[in-house]
Amino acid sequence: MKYLDEYRDADLTRKLLADIQKTVTRRWTLMEVCGGQTHSIIRSGLDRMLPPEIELVHGPGCPVCVTPLEQVDKAIALASLPNVIFTSYGDMLRVPGSAQDLFAVKAAGGDVRVVYSPLDALKIARDNLGKTVVFFAIGFETTAPANAMAVLQAKAQGLTNFAVLVSHVTVPAAISALMDSPDVQVDGFLAAGHVCTVMGFWEYEPLVEKYKIPIVVTGFEPVDLLHGILKCVRQLEAGRHTVENAYGRSVSREGNKPAQAVIQQVFEMTDRAWRGIGVIPMSGYRLRPEFAFFDAELRFPEVQAIETKESPLCISGLVLQGRKKPSECPAFGRECTPQTPLGATMVSSEGACAAYYRYGRYSNH
Amino acid sequence: MTDKPNLLGWTCPRPLQNYPTIVMGHGAGGRMMADLIEHLFAPAFDNEWLRQMGDSTALEQLMEMGQRLAFTTDSFVVSPLFFPGGNIGELAVYGTVNDLAMRGAKPLYLSAGFILEEGLPMETLGNIVTAMAAACKKAGVNIATGDTKVVQKGHGDGIYINTSGLGVIPADVDIGPANAQPGDVVLVSGTMGDHGIAVMSVREGLTFETEIKSDTAPLNGLVEAMMEAGQIHCLRDATRGGLAAVLNELAGSSRVGIEFDERKVPIRPEVNAACEMLGLDPLYIANEGKLVAILPETAAEVVLSAMRQHEYGKEAAIIGRVVAEHPGLVTAKTAIGGIRVVDVPAGELLPRIC
Repeated sequence: MKYLDEYRDADLTRKLLADIQKTVTRRWTLMEVCGGQTHSIIRSGLDRMLPPEIELVHGPGCPVCVTPLEQVDKAIALASLPNVIFTSYGDMLRVPGSAQDLFAVKAAGGDVRVVYSPLDALKIARDNLGKTVVFFAIGFETTAPANAMAVLQAKAQGLTNFAVLVSHVTVPAAISALMDSPDVQVDGFLAAGHVCTVMGFWEYEPLVEKYKIPIVVTGFEPVDLLHGILKCVRQLEAGRHTVENAYGRSVSREGNKPAQAVIQQVFEMTDRAWRGIGVIPMSGYRLRPEFAFFDAELRFPEVQAIETKESPLCISGLVLQGRKKPSECPAFGRECTPQTPLGATMVSSEGACAAYYRYGRYSNH
Repeated sequence: MTDKPNLLGWTCPRPLQNYPTIVMGHGAGGRMMADLIEHLFAPAFDNEWLRQMGDSTALEQLMEMGQRLAFTTDSFVVSPLFFPGGNIGELAVYGTVNDLAMRGAKPLYLSAGFILEEGLPMETLGNIVTAMAAACKKAGVNIATGDTKVVQKGHGDGIYINTSGLGVIPADVDIGPANAQPGDVVLVSGTMGDHGIAVMSVREGLTFETEIKSDTAPLNGLVEAMMEAGQIHCLRDATRGGLAAVLNELAGSSRVGIEFDERKVPIRPEVNAACEMLGLDPLYIANEGKLVAILPETAAEVVLSAMRQHEYGKEAAIIGRVVAEHPGLVTAKTAIGGIRVVDVPAGELLPRIC
């Protein structure tokens, strides 16, 4: 397929791997921030092709993984309400809440529907005026513009039966939190290409100065990833630390201004809990007061007082910070498998634990 | 055999055409049900066994010395009922025919159980039954017994069909999921993922430049041609869970490892594009007219060329081999030359968020 096959080219891959091998002189730990990158690395087998000096740690950028348990439980409570149609991106359905997941709610008679876009949820709202349609607005800066647009359109169309359960998070705050944590040992970051397509990369310039680490904006295909890794390793080997763009065909420094404007119009920054990590100050979006009408948590106050219970065995928080490997978890591969996930990192194919589960089974032989 | 059900020629005492849809009475065992059988099912599926009209059908001696009987069942619940390239009726026939063929059996008889939802348009049922009759003809099987029930509106998805099938396995044939041996080669009969994406594109309202059609097809003829050409160890039709699920099942049953090359798996560009857009992996998408075969390396080329000469195997390809290492595990060589583990799907396929 054009624009994809070129970036999955075996010869180019070999050449970039050789360049990385020539450049690297010591051990470096790089964190790929985005779950989409983790997915691509595992799917292409890139993790097993890199020189042993390069260690990739999977970052907190799997939107499914970091959505806090409290919000998942609220989603489950909302979806269980009669007269609510709960709409969500597909891979949230299998994420375990304190007691069950959205699939279980659906099986018990809840109206839970997978949508590809929040605008599909709006259409469901238009077609079901007698019910309230709640959309689970999760994700990073990538999904924020479309989610914000849905709220704007609902307002413009007077769709009073539409609401959103917001759990948005942002990347720069996560990088700061990781770098401020004394246990996190990361030498460089591969920033998430899709997030930067929306936001640009100017936000990362103060971070490289503050923490003296290279941040390389990186795409998602194998050749993109190797390009990003090579740039990052070159900086590290030369003792430099700047923001570099290895995803120029999609990302500019300023990013997508109209998309940013839509985010700004609908959302404001807020403290946000990250599953397994805890509250990171000013790390997410919430609806601005003028859009409070569309806030599902305000519309259904009964879901506010929810008691959450995380599995005592799950160490996904440490995994998401790159502090523990999934295989160091006592429940890994025993109580916790992709079929019986205790934490969100075992659910999504982007989740580090699910990725390790597959990889580990292979390398054990 | 009448090709088309006689929907218009119904007569008294209670002409069915008065009911444009299925009503509860069609499953009540009385006159209305008898009419439905007499005017729709019986003429469409007409054959000497069905004509017995007994509570069960008496079949003559099926097997000769040394032969074995193959027996299978499958239920069909697809939505939408009609999709590009096929419909639930064809699936119900070919699905069971293919399950028999995958043991090397010659499919002979099917049963057909219909669960109809009150309100199903009679025309829809007529079209489905017509398609099933044509599918039976194409696959060379007969529906020897059947059943109809009606459930209340809201308790079904229009129509569910269950078919069971009987077939005969020739005396010298031993094809089964546990027969793969290290050194064997792995073949697929054509492009992967067409059916799943065809159904999904209708369900999700996705349109592409070229319409993606389901590959729904009977594979017994192809299997016969393959068996004539050379020895075969395992056959599996790559339905739910796609190629990935089938290879994992075969690796598990045979306690062997399987390694294949992703680049050698035939996938239509439009199916690939749809999968990229939807965040799905074509290796996990369902097929309804494709099989996976494992056979000795010595037979590979001759079986492959026999497959390519058959209408349902034109794009057949050798994609990998069976190894003694990592038993139960399937790995793929990726486009960039890496290795990945191709695991069994956990459950329902979920599109990824980004």
